[in-house]
Amino acid sequence: MTQSTAVDLAAYQDETTIRDLIGSARTVAIVGLSPNVLRPSNFVGFYLQRHGYRIVPVNPRETEILGEKSYPSLTDIPFPVDIVDVFRTPEAVPGIAREAVAIGAKALWLQFGVISPEGARIAEDGGLKVVMDRCMKVEHARHAGRMHWLGFNTGNVTARR
Amino acid sequence: MTEINPNGRPHAYGFDTRAVHAGQRPDPYTGARAVPIFQTTSYVFEDTDSAAAYFNLQEYGNTYSRIMNPTVAAFEERIGNLEGGAGGVAFASGLAGQAAALFTMLQPGDHVVASSALYGGSVTQLKHLLRKLSVELTFVDPDDLSLWEGAIRPTTKALFGETIGNPGGNVLDVEPIARLGHDHGIPLVIDNTFATPYLCRPIEWGADIVIHSATKFLGGHGTSLGGVVVEAGTFDWSNGRFPVVADPSPAYHGLAFHETFGMYGYLMKLRAESLRDLGGAMSPFNAFLLLLGVETLPIRMDRHVANAEDIARFLVCHPMVERVRYAGLEDSSYYPLKEKYLPRGAGAVFSFDIRGGRAAGTALIERLQLWSHLANVGDAKSLIIHPASTTHRQLGDEELRAAGITAGTIRLSVGLETLDDLIWDLERGFRAARAAGGTNEEAAAAAGRTVEGVETEPQVLR
Repeated sequence: MTQSTAVDLAAYQDETTIRDLIGSARTVAIVGLSPNVLRPSNFVGFYLQRHGYRIVPVNPRETEILGEKSYPSLTDIPFPVDIVDVFRTPEAVPGIAREAVAIGAKALWLQFGVISPEGARIAEDGGLKVVMDRCMKVEHARHAGRMHWLGFNTGNVTARR
Repeated sequence: MTEINPNGRPHAYGFDTRAVHAGQRPDPYTGARAVPIFQTTSYVFEDTDSAAAYFNLQEYGNTYSRIMNPTVAAFEERIGNLEGGAGGVAFASGLAGQAAALFTMLQPGDHVVASSALYGGSVTQLKHLLRKLSVELTFVDPDDLSLWEGAIRPTTKALFGETIGNPGGNVLDVEPIARLGHDHGIPLVIDNTFATPYLCRPIEWGADIVIHSATKFLGGHGTSLGGVVVEAGTFDWSNGRFPVVADPSPAYHGLAFHETFGMYGYLMKLRAESLRDLGGAMSPFNAFLLLLGVETLPIRMDRHVANAEDIARFLVCHPMVERVRYAGLEDSSYYPLKEKYLPRGAGAVFSFDIRGGRAAGTALIERLQLWSHLANVGDAKSLIIHPASTTHRQLGDEELRAAGITAGTIRLSVGLETLDDLIWDLERGFRAARAAGGTNEEAAAAAGRTVEGVETEPQVLR
């Protein structure tokens, strides 16, 4: 977290960007997805599947996770990807960002604690939207799901049904 | 694919708007505008996969009302939102919430540093309940930062205080105490009951956990017990000091709450383990009534504060009053802290010492017509009590002194009635107290001043 002071995180946590990505994405490649059901990445993958996203595991050590074929790297995926969701150390992010640009992904999404200004710059230069230090499961649950059922502060205020 | 609510661009809503709306949108199924009372113990699962996902916390879903309930959730989110936290977990009472909040982060052998100027119920909970759990405690004078620092041990896991102390009315210097805690990797836990988020939001000053007895001003009507715990979501529970929060939990099949849920990890553990296991859940009906109260919190607090300030000024001028302890008075030693943390007012609960001690205090209370003699605060109705014989009765002399209480201390919770009526009633009480405990002249002599020019008729200073 020592890096976080140097990064303008708010610039990568824009509510409209997040909402647009969650609403428009269909295919989410999860880099660092674990087959262990107790790992955070598995929670997120499981949740996104339940809510209709096609998830694409990217993990060179596995062949299949959550019922989907696992690819060694982003560049091995033979079909288009909307969001690249990253559960890796910050040091690995620049390389992942370059691959995300190469495969024409629409956005690079870095999970809680995955803070990489360099990775963000590479992705932005390649035309990708970037979300940083945010959880895709939480943001989906906040804007489209049932996070409010557990008393969390969604920040949503509306008089519309 | 779930539909995204087309809100348009986000807008930063004001406090009063959020007090009415946060946490509750019109019911999507029926269109009900008021929050529905979901008076149900349990919830039918869509299928076995969903049931498993809910119990595994892989999906946000309702399982059983001891752990979550949609009406209660609206209340939890509303207070979490108003305090500026990651969310809230509601409990059957403030003390139930406080016990669970501490229970979630403590284990045997741990240590807590707390302000000595606390609500009597908190003193007994910290001192005796925690001891039964083999947690040690140090009470410190809350006004001296060096005492907080000196009390910290390697096993210290929480600093604890009240925004506005009870019943001495001291204002806690939250910001440096929070910084001290964070320098040592320790969270600051604040009881914000007397201030409410309308008057002070401790998280904005660095507090990590905020606890309320919702029974008081949040509800405001004295009908319903309730408590709520809010967490900021910014404390690093994985700093090595809190294995009980960060490590894989044996009480939840090895789930590591902080790693898995990030800024929501503590609250998730508070709900899924502590609330589940301790069982002090808020009833949906109480949540409904408390939500009704919260809708009018801003305008009620303005009136509570206005009445309290005028009554404090009336008491300061009164010859039967030895001293008034209200941070809203400009000559209070806490006034600078009040200006910093409570710019809209120092709340409506404060105490004064009556001349003539216990006998005069008893005579005053027994003569009153309008002030209710009872053990609560934060009602729309004005309340009065004699702490030494009631709320703080279990405390020894030493602890009483530490809490700033004498035999003549009388605590007021100023309500929403017509100010003139409240002062008229107190004046009647003072006449009875004078008859019981000494003359006006004696009282004035004791104060080193003459009765000349002292108005004994009710006066309205607003």
